[in-house]
Parts: sequence; C-alpha cells; structure tokens
Amino acid sequence: MSTKLIVGLDGSEPGERALTHAKHLSKLIGDCTIELVYIIEWSPYSFQTPEENAMRHKRREQEIKLASERVITPALETLKSEGYIASGRVLHGDAAELLNKVAVKEKAQQIIVARSTETGIAAKLFGSVTAKLVMSASVPVTVVN
Amino acid sequence: MHFNKMISGAVVSFIALLQSSAAMAEGSIDQTVNEAFALATGWFVNLIFAPLPGTSFPWIVLWLVTGATIFTLYFGFIQFRAIRHSISLVKGDYSDPDDAGEVSHFQALATALSGTVGLGNIAGVAVAVSIGGPGATFWMILAGLMGMASKFTECTLGVKYRNEYADGTVSGGPMYYISKGFKEKGLPGGGFLAILFSIFCILGAFGGGNMFQANQAHAQISSIVGDYPGWITGIIFAVIVFAVIVGGIKSIANVTEKVVPFMGVLYVAASVIIILMNADKIGWAFGQIFEGAFTGLGVAGGFVGALIQGFKRAAFSNEAGVGSAAIAHSAVRTKEPITEGLVSLLEPFIDTVVICTMTALVIIITGQLTTDPATGLYLIGENGRIITADGSSGVALTSAAFGSALSWFPYVLAVAVVLFAFSTMISWSYYGLKAWTYLFGEGKTTELVFKVLFCLFVVIGAAANLGPVIDFSDAAIFAMAVVNIIGLYFLMSLVKVDLNSYLSRLKSGEIQKFKD
Repeated sequence: MSTKLIVGLDGSEPGERALTHAKHLSKLIGDCTIELVYIIEWSPYSFQTPEENAMRHKRREQEIKLASERVITPALETLKSEGYIASGRVLHGDAAELLNKVAVKEKAQQIIVARSTETGIAAKLFGSVTAKLVMSASVPVTVVN
Repeated sequence: MHFNKMISGAVVSFIALLQSSAAMAEGSIDQTVNEAFALATGWFVNLIFAPLPGTSFPWIVLWLVTGATIFTLYFGFIQFRAIRHSISLVKGDYSDPDDAGEVSHFQALATALSGTVGLGNIAGVAVAVSIGGPGATFWMILAGLMGMASKFTECTLGVKYRNEYADGTVSGGPMYYISKGFKEKGLPGGGFLAILFSIFCILGAFGGGNMFQANQAHAQISSIVGDYPGWITGIIFAVIVFAVIVGGIKSIANVTEKVVPFMGVLYVAASVIIILMNADKIGWAFGQIFEGAFTGLGVAGGFVGALIQGFKRAAFSNEAGVGSAAIAHSAVRTKEPITEGLVSLLEPFIDTVVICTMTALVIIITGQLTTDPATGLYLIGENGRIITADGSSGVALTSAAFGSALSWFPYVLAVAVVLFAFSTMISWSYYGLKAWTYLFGEGKTTELVFKVLFCLFVVIGAAANLGPVIDFSDAAIFAMAVVNIIGLYFLMSLVKVDLNSYLSRLKSGEIQKFKD
C-alpha cells in the first residue's frame, strides 16, 4: 500500500519548506503519494451583511479558483515534472480541523506543515493553526522550521 | 431616458427636502413641508393604521395575527414540531461539508436577526407595557410564537423562487416568489402584486428602515451628550453607511455585524442578572403578566388594551409576515428551501419571545410601573399610560429600569441603540435595493442611484422632525405585509408539498446528519 503524506500549503515561503521536506521523505519512502491541501480560513458562524451573503457563492468560486491557480496547480505541476505522485485540493473551513480530517479520510501516515518565522497577523494565524493541529491531530504531524 | 428624468426629478425633490430639513435643524420648523406631506399621505397612513369599527384595534395588527394563526394551523404547529430540528440545522448538523464556504444557515439567521433586533425590542416594549400593563407581555409572547409560522412560510418561498444569476449572485424575496409562484399556479395578478410590494418595500426602506433609525439614534446620542443639531449625526451616519454600501468597506460592516450580536447577548445577560437579583419577585411578575393578560389590572381598555399592545408590539418588532426576512434568507444556497424556512422560524422566537420578554420583565420586576397600594391596580396618568417611577417612557423607561439595578447600563444601552439602528439601516438598504432592482433592473448605475438616495435619507431622518414622513414610512412597512400575506395565502400549498416531502425523507432516514 502506498504511503500518503498530507502537506498544508498557504502560498508562503515556509509552506514551500514543508513541501521540500515532504519531497525528501517521499524519496526515502519510495512508494509515496503527496496530497497538497490549501485551506481558506472560513467559519459558518461568522457574521455577514445581507449583501455579502448574496455575493458569497461568487466569492467562494473566486477564492477557490485563485488558490488553485496560484498555489496548488503550479506546485502540482512541479511535483509531477519531478516524478512525484501528487494530488491537491482547496477547502474552506478551520485549517487545523480540516488538515486532520483529510488525513484521516485519506488514511495518511503524516501531516507536514511549516512553522512560520514571519511576524504579523498571517504568521500568528499560521502559528496558532500549527499549535492546534499538533495538539488535536489523529496522525503524526511534522512541523518544519 | 425616462428613467434618467425620473431620477433627476427625484434628486431635485430630495434636495428640496434636505434644504427644508436643514432649516428645521436650525430651529425654524418647516411646518409647510410637514403639512403638505401629511396632506398628501395622511389618507394612506390612516388607511393602514385604521382601527376596526368600534374599537381601537388597528386592522393591520389583526391582519398579521390572523395570517400567523392561519399559517400555524395550516402547517400543523410547525414552530413547535420542528424547533429542535431548526436548532440542529443552525448548528450545521445537516450541512454538507462540500458546501463549506457558502452562506451557512447560522449566517442567514444572524443577518436577518440584525435587521429586526433593534429599537422595537427596547423602546417599543416599554411603550407596550406602559400602555397595556404587564399583561401585554403575555399577548406579545403569544403573537411572537404565532409569527414563527409566518416567517417559516415566507422564508421557504424566498429561497424556492429566488433568481440566480450567471455570475453566481442571487436576488430573492416576496416580489420574486409572488410573480414566479403566481405564474406557476396559473394565477393572475402576480406581476402587479410584486410591483406593489417593491414600491412599499422601497418606501419602507427609506422610512422605517432608515429615517426612523437615524432619528432615534440621534435622539439617544443627544440624550447622553446633550442637544446638538441632528444633521451632524446624520452626516456621520451617512458617511459610514456610504462607506459600507457604496464603498464596500467590509471592515465597518464586519465590526458592526460582530458587535451587534455581542450587544444582543449582553442585553439578554444583563436582563437575566437583573431578574435573578430580584429572584423573589419572579413569581409575582409572572402573576402580574397572567392576571393582566385577562383582566388588564386597571389599564386603559382592560384586557383588550393589553392584548392590542402586546400583539402590536410583537408584529412591529419581529416583522413576521412583512416579507423583509424572506429577502435576507434567500441568499442561502440549499437544495432544500424548507430548511431555510425552518431556520427562519427561530427569528421571532429570539426577537420577541426572548428579547422583548426580557425587556418587559426587567421593567415589571424593577417596579417601574406604579400601583395603588390599596387596590393593587396600576395608576393611570392623564395620557392613559401607567404612571412610571420617574415619569419616563420609551427608551428612557427601559434605560431607567436597567439603571435602577445596574447604574452603568444606560451607557451600554445607548451604544446598543446606536449600533442596532446602524445594523438595521444596513439590512434595510439591502432590502430596498432588491426591490429597487426588481423594478428598474440589475445594474451598477441603478444600484448606485438607490444607494446614494439611501444615504441622503439618513441625513434627512436624523436632521428633521418629519413626523408625517415617518408615519408614512411605518405605514409602508405594514403595507408590505398586506401584499405579502395575500401572496402567502395563495402560495402556502406549495410550501406544504415541500414540507411534507422533506419531513417524510427526514423520518425515513434519507436525510441524515453529516456530523457524527
């Protein structure tokens, strides 16, 4: 049975480092599939104006398209050209929760994410996602520095 | 061309109105404008709020309560049968994870609630209990419970017959379900009713959903910081509203949309604390509510007076049957329109049965309504209202009731009133816009014209003392209910088919929870 690794990407440089580590592991394992996951932070319990609600479907489509075009598709093309077996997806929701969910569903052996070294809100968010994932994941998690 | 002429004509009239309101702000009250407007629209206001012959009971209130009762019976007390399932839907138990990122049931409910929770819950209830006595609370709760069935019917239809455009955006509401539903059933007059509804909706959005809110927000702010010209509040509000609805500054809307629910929770929490502080009086307060409901306890008009006030306040506060919520709920993308109807029925429950009741209980329990120690009956003033502890009424009465237990709360209440007014304006700007685009077509320019007019009305509403204009816009909101409920009577059989199908699939296990 092929080993599956889940890699959380966010379009940042640290995310690339997580992918590099996944490639390294994949080479060592041999029969291995890399699953790229890009998560758009979203909560069904947030508050929106009526106009935002009416535009929501359109926005969702745009968000998915953008994430696929800018992050997932280029990464997949590179992986495939380098001879790796890989697939990818874009999801809306809580990043830590969804990464774990995908890992369980795909029977993955490991989740690989990056610990952001950047400052600012994005880094703070990514950091807290990592911490939450490490604490709650059902499969082993590797945090790449 | 014709449209452009109409718009320029409208703009000229608004400038005239603005000038007149500016004159009023300076202290020289422009009686002429008021009187001319009252003369032109008075018949309409009198027609909508006309009492039933020989009573003081406005027929429009009976219209709303009758509608609510018919929907309750027709759908077999759906509001009680399905409330647990409604809560399950809001929690997302039945939401497909693949639809993550779309508008959730919770979001649609929260958005619709921010449009209805407002001054009605704070000021309106105070008026109701000061005229109708504690007994009004009983009838208010009853009307709130019945209204849940009206909301269920209109919001299901809102989703079922909305328009979905190629770019993924949606437009829905009574004007869409009346025109499409009537066509589907082969009934005549759908197009006419839809246009009529849209006209009333636009007027209601400019008036009750805008000018009234701006006016009351200004009154509240000036009661705290001292008197100052209303146009200042109006321009500040208009700029913020403009930034949100024209500039698309999401951050302001996001802050409001987050703070408003927090304020709502804080309001209920403060009420519960005050009620618990007076725990020994809870039994007495409920005794007063039940006794007053059937005897009136000396209020003007006896128990009928209590009933009118209770029914009126519930109907005015939760907007069940008005059709506004159907516009808000139609944004949800669901394969089952019934689910949105089931979620929306929680709205009158939260708005009226919970929040309005809290206001009433706090006023009663803190002893704001004075009684005659000898007879136990309420003391009635010359104006027919119960004499309150400090002589206040409306928002001031609610504020005094909360302030008597928590001295700092009137300040929180002032902030809450302003925020509730703002969120109600944002919601109604959307309802009005949807009616506007139904009449004039979708398009960036048409939308912009409406939005700019909407902002102008904010300034007018805050600056002017346009009593007749506000009366007219209130009448327009209730005129929406006349058209909407006629539509609902003709279309409710369509809802029943969907409801029966949904409930049987739920029972058979075909529809299942997604969460473990």
